[in-house]
Amino acid sequence: MGTTSITDAQLVHKAKGGDQSAFEELMRRYARRVWTLSYRLLRNREDAEDVTQETFLSALEHLKDLRDEDRFGPWLAQIASRLSLRLLDHRRRSPTQSLEGLTSEVHDDENGGPIPHPEFIAEWRDDPETLLLRKETRDLVEEALNSLPEKYRAVFLLRDVEGLSVKETAQALNISETNVKVRLLRARLQLREKLTRLFGDEATRRMPHHHHDADPNLGGF
Amino acid sequence: MKCEDLLKALSDYLDGDIDPQICQELEKHLAECDPCQVVIDNLKKTILLYRKGEPFPLPTEFQERLHSLIRERWKAHRKD
Repeated sequence: MGTTSITDAQLVHKAKGGDQSAFEELMRRYARRVWTLSYRLLRNREDAEDVTQETFLSALEHLKDLRDEDRFGPWLAQIASRLSLRLLDHRRRSPTQSLEGLTSEVHDDENGGPIPHPEFIAEWRDDPETLLLRKETRDLVEEALNSLPEKYRAVFLLRDVEGLSVKETAQALNISETNVKVRLLRARLQLREKLTRLFGDEATRRMPHHHHDADPNLGGF
Repeated sequence: MKCEDLLKALSDYLDGDIDPQICQELEKHLAECDPCQVVIDNLKKTILLYRKGEPFPLPTEFQERLHSLIRERWKAHRKD
C-alpha cells in the first residue's frame, strides 16, 4: 500500500506513536502549502522560510496535543499564520517599515463602512481550470491577491484556500468570528472586482441594477 | 430582497451556512436578477481559482535544510 492512500489522521496517529517516517510523510504533504501560505502573508522569502521551519518544529513539539487528528492541515495553517502575524507585528514596530494592522479590530469591519458594490459585472472568458494553465494568468491571480489589504488577505487565505472554519480562522488571527465573516466578504468582493476586470468578457457586461424604490444613496448594486 | 440585501447575505450563501428563509428569498431574487446571477458566478470562480491553484514549489536548498533539521529534532525529541 502506498503512502498516498493513508489518511492524514492515520499518519498523525502513527507519528504520535513514534513513527518518524509518518511525520516525514506529513511534511512532504504539507511543506509546500505552509511555505506558500507564509510567503503570501509575508512576501519575503527568508521570513517565509523561517516561519515554515518554525511551523514544523512547533508541530513536532505539540503533535501530542492535536486532538482532532484529521485537522492536521488546518492546524498547521493556524500555527503558520500565527507565526507570520508575529513577524509582521515585529516589522510594524521597526521604525523603517510600516505595515497596516492585521489583527487589530477595526470598527469599520464589524460595525459599518458600506460593503463595496460590484461595479464591473461580466461573464468570465475562461474557467478557473483554463486560467490556471497559463503562467501569465497565474501571475495576475497572484497579483490580485497581493493587492488586497493584509487583514483581508489573511482571512481569505485561511478560509478559502486552507479550508479553516470561521472559528478556526478567528482563533488563528485573534479576531472575532463576526470580523472573520465581514473581512471574508470584503476580500471576496474585492478579488471578484479585480479578476472580473481582467478576465471578464466585455461583450457580456451587465449594468448594475438600480432599484427605484431603494434608498437613493445606496442604489441597487 | 434587493441587490443590496443579497450582498450582505452573499458569503453565508456561498458557504452554505445560511438561514433557510433568507436562502429562499435570496434564490427568488436571483431568479429575477441577471446581474446578481453573474456576480455569484464570478465569486464562485474567484474562490475556485485560488482553491485549485497549486502551492509554490519549495526552494530545493531550503527543502533539504528543513528535512535534515526535522530529522535531527525528531531524534532529540524522542530522547526527552
